Amino acid sequence: MKLIKKVLTAAVATAMTAGAAQAAITDNEVRIGYLADMSGTYRDLAGPNGLEALRMAVEDFGGTVNGKKIVVINADDRNSPDVASSTVRQWLESDKVDMVAGLVASSVTIAATKVLEGSDAIGLVNGSAASSITNEHCTPNHIHWAYDTYPLANSTASAIVAEGGKNWFIVTADYAFGHSLENDVRTVVERDGGKVVDTVRHPLATNDFSSYILQAQASGADVVGFANAGGDTVNSVITAGEFGLAQSGQTVAALLFFLNDVHALGVQTAQGIQLVTGWYWDKDKDARAWSDKFYKRTNARPGMVHAGIYSSTMHYLKAVEATGSDNAKVVRAEMAKTKVNDMFTKGGYIREDGRMVHDMYLAQVKTPAESKNEWDLYKIVRTIPADGAFRPLSESKCSLVKK
Amino acid sequence: MTMIFGVPAAAFFGQLLLGLINGAFYALLSLGLAIIFGLLKIINFAHGAQYMLGAFAAYLLLNYLGINYWAALFLAPLIVGTIGALIERYLLRRITHIDHIYGLLLTFGLALIIQGLFTNLFGVSGNRYPVPSELSGGINLGFMFMPYYRGWIVAIAVVVCIAVWFLIEKTKLGGYLRAGTENPALMQAFGINVPLLVTLTYGFGVALAAFAGVLAAPIYSVAPGMGANLLIVVFAVVVIGGMGSIMGAIVTGLAMGIVEGLTKVYYPEASNTVIFLVMILVLLLRPAGLFGKEA
Repeated sequence: MKLIKKVLTAAVATAMTAGAAQAAITDNEVRIGYLADMSGTYRDLAGPNGLEALRMAVEDFGGTVNGKKIVVINADDRNSPDVASSTVRQWLESDKVDMVAGLVASSVTIAATKVLEGSDAIGLVNGSAASSITNEHCTPNHIHWAYDTYPLANSTASAIVAEGGKNWFIVTADYAFGHSLENDVRTVVERDGGKVVDTVRHPLATNDFSSYILQAQASGADVVGFANAGGDTVNSVITAGEFGLAQSGQTVAALLFFLNDVHALGVQTAQGIQLVTGWYWDKDKDARAWSDKFYKRTNARPGMVHAGIYSSTMHYLKAVEATGSDNAKVVRAEMAKTKVNDMFTKGGYIREDGRMVHDMYLAQVKTPAESKNEWDLYKIVRTIPADGAFRPLSESKCSLVKK
Repeated sequence: MTMIFGVPAAAFFGQLLLGLINGAFYALLSLGLAIIFGLLKIINFAHGAQYMLGAFAAYLLLNYLGINYWAALFLAPLIVGTIGALIERYLLRRITHIDHIYGLLLTFGLALIIQGLFTNLFGVSGNRYPVPSELSGGINLGFMFMPYYRGWIVAIAVVVCIAVWFLIEKTKLGGYLRAGTENPALMQAFGINVPLLVTLTYGFGVALAAFAGVLAAPIYSVAPGMGANLLIVVFAVVVIGGMGSIMGAIVTGLAMGIVEGLTKVYYPEASNTVIFLVMILVLLLRPAGLFGKEA
């Protein structure tokens, strides 16, 4: 009898602690791990300045949640999925990290979220492009915030086709991201009555694009689309300018173009290029005010990824505060319950597949005459309303979506 | 329309010409590497970083001192070459008596430090350097649109390569250089300052890399990683041409540019690897390289 009593007490006690763990901040701290490319090709779109945006969020929140300290650690993923999964595994097991922020290269994100899946920690993805992150690779342990390839292809391509750019030549980066972007663009162009006359696939980090540009020029296509990223896009656009694609009547479309890329090129070279962005620092009063604070700390204007890191971290910390828990399941449910109203977006909401749905923007790079300073780079052509911007749930392959 | 291997003749010649232009870069860079290896027996892994320094020197000279492209074409190699000479004098000289592999490690370490420093200072996105106004625009050759600046690159690169070859193979100074590496003690006995010669040679090789960097600045993004991407290819070129062979480096550089250019038309996915395939073939069939002397 005594034994049974003892066992029962133990069982109840265990159950209680387990229950308590669900609704409490574990280890008396909220630990955030920032994982990003800190030194390679994608450094400038998130990197050290993204860490600064994260720190701004923690400071603006007051440094504590419900009296528990917020701790930030960081690591360089070196754009390697292997480094990413081992880092996240170590963060979960020994550093007891509750939230992983940053997450840049799509391959890194997919690897990291596979490790997060089933744990008590949540990943807030901002740097990655691939829309598959909330489609076939969705997990209950992550949310994709700033943007993805679906609106990039959809809005840029359909805007250009509508203006008469029917025949496309696509210069594609020869890896998963490039292929998926190329496919998305092809679908949109063909849906809208245009056609892809040819494509050429170049290896990642190509030095010289003149050969591809010449092929694009010889194809006679109306539009030359670049389905690549970072330094490859920058060099593609430089070479397109050098060989006079615009003068020979071809439209240049950069399908993934970050603020830091445009800044690197300057308006002289990049003027007139259309692009899609999830956020722009000069888009409204709130964005400008936040961007001024960011500028004081980093001497650079924030891109959509930096802003997304701040916004998602704030939304996360509010959910931790409201629920008194840092458990992924509890926090994610709370995050999905409240709308996102901040400097990033108004009325943004998190879908069951983990996609944060918000307005996107079709922008055009200003001309040297229009641009008033080195960061005055875009004019917003139109707002792409949240509801039509991302892949509809009816087409989703995510297992979390109930059909 | 005339077709060559399934590609219109016009496109074929266009790609041939572009390949030659890229080859001009390979030639200039591998020339510097070949000189340094031939005379100092150092495998200069900092060559890519020094090329990047050349481009950045031009960028900084323009933006902070208002010094234009033409002046930078002389000044940037001079500045970066001087840095190179200092590296030889104070770092590389200390390890000449030990295995050459340490030279490789030292220069590799230097390359990482220089690149890391520039990444921290300037970010990775790169900076834009304008094409000099005298060379902006281009001409329609009938089979392709040729930017004037690309034509200038081939012309100047070939002139510089031939001049360097002439200097080393045909002049008395070149003779001293070559003799100094064969038998430094004997040269010293003849009253020639061999250590100074070696320092100047390294500085000169580095200056060639910086010169290529200035040439590249207007057509590529001036970014800290620009040299690292190129260096491995250039090493393959040197191996194909024959380590230390001056003429080998020049001819192979141009030829590999063309091989790569044509690959970009017929099978673009392999354009980053084709030079290494050639390298493997050459190593199997002629281990000393196409122009190297069998040891």
